Amino acid sequence: MPKVKVDGVEIEVPVGATVLQACEMAGKEIPRFCYHERLTIAGNCRMCLVEVKPGPPKPQASCALPTAEGQEIVTMSETVKKAREGVMEFLLINHPLDCPICDQGGECDLQDQSIAYGRGHSRFAENKRAVTEKYMGPVVKTIMTRCIQCTRCVRFAEEVAGVEEIGLIGRGENEEITSYLEGSLTSELSGNVVDLCPVGALVSKPYSFEARPWELRKIPGIDVMDAVGSNIRIDARQREVMRVLPRLNDEVNEEWIHDKTRHAADGLLRRRLDRPWVRRGGKLQPATWQEAFAAIATQLNGAAGDQVAAIAGDLQDLEGIYAAKALLGRLGSTLHECRQDGALHDVSVLSAYRFTSTIAGLEEAGAILLIGANPRWEAPLVNTRIRKAVKAGAPVLRIGEPVDLTYPVTDLGNDLALLGKLPRDLTEGFQGKTAPAVIVGMGALATPGAYEAARAAAAALGGTFNLLHTAASRVGALDIGFTTDGGIEAIRARAGALKALFLLGADEMDLSAFAKTFTVYIGTHGDRGVQVADVILPAAAYTEKHGTYVNMEGRVQLSERAVDPPGEARVDWTIFRALSDVLGKTLPFDDLSQLRRAIGAERPHLTVSGLTTFDPLAPPGAPAPRLSGPIRYPIEDFYLTNPIARSSPTLQRCSAEILHRATFQEAAE
Amino acid sequence: MIKHWIKSFFLWEFVKAHYLTLKYFFRPKATLNYPYEKNPISPRFRGEHALRRYPNGEERCIACKLCEAVCPAVCITIESEPREDGSRRTTRYDIDMTKCIYCGFCQEACPVDAIVEGPNMEFSVETREELIYDKQKLLDNGDKWERILAANLAADAPYR
Repeated sequence: MPKVKVDGVEIEVPVGATVLQACEMAGKEIPRFCYHERLTIAGNCRMCLVEVKPGPPKPQASCALPTAEGQEIVTMSETVKKAREGVMEFLLINHPLDCPICDQGGECDLQDQSIAYGRGHSRFAENKRAVTEKYMGPVVKTIMTRCIQCTRCVRFAEEVAGVEEIGLIGRGENEEITSYLEGSLTSELSGNVVDLCPVGALVSKPYSFEARPWELRKIPGIDVMDAVGSNIRIDARQREVMRVLPRLNDEVNEEWIHDKTRHAADGLLRRRLDRPWVRRGGKLQPATWQEAFAAIATQLNGAAGDQVAAIAGDLQDLEGIYAAKALLGRLGSTLHECRQDGALHDVSVLSAYRFTSTIAGLEEAGAILLIGANPRWEAPLVNTRIRKAVKAGAPVLRIGEPVDLTYPVTDLGNDLALLGKLPRDLTEGFQGKTAPAVIVGMGALATPGAYEAARAAAAALGGTFNLLHTAASRVGALDIGFTTDGGIEAIRARAGALKALFLLGADEMDLSAFAKTFTVYIGTHGDRGVQVADVILPAAAYTEKHGTYVNMEGRVQLSERAVDPPGEARVDWTIFRALSDVLGKTLPFDDLSQLRRAIGAERPHLTVSGLTTFDPLAPPGAPAPRLSGPIRYPIEDFYLTNPIARSSPTLQRCSAEILHRATFQEAAE
Repeated sequence: MIKHWIKSFFLWEFVKAHYLTLKYFFRPKATLNYPYEKNPISPRFRGEHALRRYPNGEERCIACKLCEAVCPAVCITIESEPREDGSRRTTRYDIDMTKCIYCGFCQEACPVDAIVEGPNMEFSVETREELIYDKQKLLDNGDKWERILAANLAADAPYR
């Protein structure tokens, strides 16, 4: 490990570290625009100049210079200061002075650094250049005159998102960033270029001119749009969530989030249930909480245990599901299920349904087999990890429909029969690979027996067995045992015998079987679930409650409340607590800490934040049954997978424009 | 002692006081016949707020929210969104005049000289509600006082 001196202090740096990284390790701040930890080095903004000895007598770009033994680095000398001032003056030559109308204002790297490292005035008296706006789709707004050509967006699209749709054309003053044929970006990660852009050239279209960063309350939250559990920062103003930004977590989402996470927030204001409703004479009518509870109590009067059931939706927090289970337990029922999509799998041990190789661990996988999984839509941030593994040389094989995953995939065919006798391509591809991973999608698990077959295949290939869940609530619900033997079909089969069915925001399933059943819908949006509902109880969305979520790898994460629920809506677990009083079966918790203690008493690992440990999976016992038939992916429209997303105008437009190729270009002027 | 007695006898102090009164009686008056007469005020005078327009009638305010941010009394509330033509404009611009401390920071912060404090100090009203100014009221103020506001800004420009 080379030793270098930074401003006279000797430190040891890892082999291959750049001078900029060495300076950061020494605690020195180096200004930069083009350099980004997670992207390749471009070295084109020249803002990170430092003096390095031995070497040429001029200041050098520290981001692109590797460290060497005995280097002496000076980060704050008169030469360096002057050089940075010069670079800054050049960058500002063509940058417009429109900070007051720029959405980046207040959180702009160029603004901050020109104050810290600039000269304070310009000597440029000529005309500034102007660049025409480029169309980049429904989520990215461009003001290209502000661009400083750092190429972060180009590198992100190419390296992380895997869509080569942004590029730099022209030379010198004619240099411009543009999207391919000026079409919209088709990546589901395109919103991240907004965060990456150090200036206001790429800004969020739905958020444009809405708020200033200093007016926003910043609350740490957890995303519920998929089972990755991305760490997010919820920016709220007054009673409204203005935007969602990623929070750094190298274990989960690095610093990216996908567009559904980012832009679903505007669905939180539309089609909300803000008061209870009760169906009277075939029509839903507004009611008070007392009337709604009375209607449920009348219906449940004298109901036997096996006449009450509950189905948990995809966006539920652990607390709500636990409270529902506790209430059903008091009523003597165990008919509860969280696998709306009809997936069938072993729930006896934790490792049976987790993403056991972990999301970060997937990068090390030597070979990957996808069985009925479309990670690009089911978990875009898992897809970026697979992409990293592919770049490191891992082959990806697939049993399932061919879809573009942004990296080369060897298709083995779309037939479950392949699990019975593994093709030679597959066994040879996995031969001698380190930590190979088998990823099974929910689409494959809808077929009975597919789970066992996939597990047997994973064992035969010597790979880790991973379930790619699609619902944020799923693993937590499975952990507390919110399941029934036979899955959702078992409850559907009993539809005629049920006196009451509780839907906890369950909208993603065919509810026609329950049309005649007395249904209580507890949820946030007027979506599919309310159509069959007899009583509607308004609940809080994920930004409106303190909640625990367990992601697909079994990581327990806490989300905080950013805003209040609208109108008379209440937090889910408090609804069950209040209902239990009315039913005379009072649940033994009065506040969140008591509830969490109750969960902890049953499942201790769910009260400790972070990845839970679990025993390695035992080899499968029974031989896999013979299967055949194609696999269908569970997600038909990436942008509209849940009630919040379906209510969001931004995501509706994303779906229409990116997936269904509707043209909105003229709207961009 | 005898001098003091004589002064007391002839009420000398009264005579002195009356002399002083008469002296001021014939001097020019120091007071003004307000509101018919007014003192001259500085172009920097910070009175009632106004939102100005450009000569072509376009409102100046671009919803940068710097005035809202700098306001020490937190009396400005702004909401914004893109106007139909795509430009950045406010949909709401409220000043709570009951909270305002007339510090003038808002006009200092304004990059386009949109929000200004004009020379008007005579805007007393009978209810508090009337003192919560909305965007229309402020723009009307601007239209009403524009000539004086522009002259004041021009007069103060060399010192800014």
